[in-house]
Amino acid sequence: MKYTEQHEWLDEDEGIVTVGITAHAAEQLGDIVFVELPEVGSEVSKDDEVVVIESVKAASDILAPLDGEIVEVNDPLTDDPGKVNEDPEGEAWFFKIRVEDLSELDDYMTEAEYKKFIS
Amino acid sequence: MSDLKRTGLYDLHLELGAKMVSFAGWEMPVQYPMGVLKEHLHTRADAGLFDVSHMGQIILRTDPAALEALVPVDVIGLPEGRQRYALFTNDEGGILDDLMIANRGDHLFVVVNAAMAEQDVAHLRRALGDAVEPVTNRALLALQGPKSEDVLAEITPSVVTMRFMDVAVVDSDFGDLWISRSGYAGEDGFEISVADDRAEVLARALLAHPSVAPIGLGARDSLRLEAGLPLYGSDLDTTTTPVEADLGWAIQKVRRTARTGFPGAHTILNQLSHGPARRRVGLAPKGRAPMRAGVELFANDTDQTPVGHITSGAFGPSVEAPISMGYVATEHSAPGTLLYGELRGKRLPVAVTALPFRPATYKR
Repeated sequence: MKYTEQHEWLDEDEGIVTVGITAHAAEQLGDIVFVELPEVGSEVSKDDEVVVIESVKAASDILAPLDGEIVEVNDPLTDDPGKVNEDPEGEAWFFKIRVEDLSELDDYMTEAEYKKFIS
Repeated sequence: MSDLKRTGLYDLHLELGAKMVSFAGWEMPVQYPMGVLKEHLHTRADAGLFDVSHMGQIILRTDPAALEALVPVDVIGLPEGRQRYALFTNDEGGILDDLMIANRGDHLFVVVNAAMAEQDVAHLRRALGDAVEPVTNRALLALQGPKSEDVLAEITPSVVTMRFMDVAVVDSDFGDLWISRSGYAGEDGFEISVADDRAEVLARALLAHPSVAPIGLGARDSLRLEAGLPLYGSDLDTTTTPVEADLGWAIQKVRRTARTGFPGAHTILNQLSHGPARRRVGLAPKGRAPMRAGVELFANDTDQTPVGHITSGAFGPSVEAPISMGYVATEHSAPGTLLYGELRGKRLPVAVTALPFRPATYKR
C-alpha cells in the first residue's frame, strides 16, 4: 500500500491500482454527501481531477495519482456517499486504474511515512 | 486565532470536543464529535443547544416610533411581550441587517447578527443617541427542536404558555432569563439570554437532559437553509431589497399604506406594487451534487447570460437531497421552472421551488 500527500491510498495488484482516501482524510472532510466518479475507459494523466467529493462543508477533488486508464469505478458510492465515512480504506474505494509504468508508485509514501506525514 | 472573541461557553465547547472555527470575528464551534449530519437530524427529532452569544443584544430605551423610523416594520403596533422580525434598510431600499425586535414594556430589546453588531449599534446611535445600550454581560443560547418545550419547562415551567414570538423575562435558578419562543432552525424552540456568569451552568443543565445535544454552526446553517430562512451576508445584503428577498411579509399593511416613512420606502413600496425584477427562490438540484453560493443559473444549457445565481447551498439532511436558494429574474421565478446551474463547467438541471424545503413547526 502506498499513500499520497493528497491523502489517497493506492493498492496495486497486477498492474491495476485501486484508489481511495484515507480514514484521516475522511475524518477531516466530515460527513460526505456527494461523490462524482470518472467514466470507465477514460484515459487520465497524473494530477487530473478525476473524482469530486462533497462533504456538508465543501467540495474537494481527488486527483489521479498516476497516468493510466480507469478500468472500474465504485458505482454504489454514488447512491451511498456516506460509505466513505464508514469504510474509507475498505469498501469505499473510488476507482481502479490500469497503470503502464508501475515505477511511478515508488514516488509515494509507505504507510509508516504517511503516518508520520499526518502526525 | 488570538484576535478572535470567545463566548463565555468557550471552555465548555472544547470540553465537548467541538471543532472551533473563525466566524464573524468570533471563535465558534462548527461541529461536535456527533458531526453535522447527525447534529442536524438530532435537532429535528429532539432538541439542539446552540451557543449564539456572538449575536448582538441591544436594549433601546426609546419611543417605538424612533426605532420604527429605521425599519419597514410595524414597531409602534408591536404588543408588549411580543417579538417581530425586522430589517434595517438604507435609502436605496437595500438591507443593512436583519434583526429581531421585542417589546418588553418599558423598553425595546433587539438581537442583531454578530458580524453586523458594531455597525448596527452605530446606526442606532446616530438615530437614537444614548437610548442605545449594548448588552455586554449576557450570553445567548438557542434551544431548538420538538423537545425544547419539555426540556426548558423543567427549568422554568411557565414557558409552556408562550406562543411563537412571545417574549418573557423569568426568574430561575440561573438568575433572570430573557426568553423568546423563536429561533432560526424552522423548529419550535427558544432563545435564552442569560447572565455571563450563569451561562455555563445553564448550558450544562440543559445538556444534562437526555433529549439535548450540543449543535454547531454547520448544522445551524443547514437547518436554516431547509427552513428557507435567508442568512445576512449570504442571501441578504445592501444590494438586495426586502421585496427581492421575498420578505414582503415582514412589512405590515400599516407601513405600506400609512406610516410609510422608512429608509428606502420609495423603492420598496414601488416593488411591492409592481413586483421586483428578481426574487429570492428555493432551488432543488435534480442530481445529487450540491450547488453552493456563487453557482450561476441559466435558462437553458446554451445561453451565455445568466438569469440568476445561488447565494446559499448545501445538502439538506432532513430532505435528503441537495438544496439551495438564490436570486432569479422574476420571469424565471415560478415554482417548477427548470433552470441550469453551471457546476464545474457542466450545466446541470435545477428546479425553482417554493420555500421552505421543510415546513416549520412553530407553536402558533
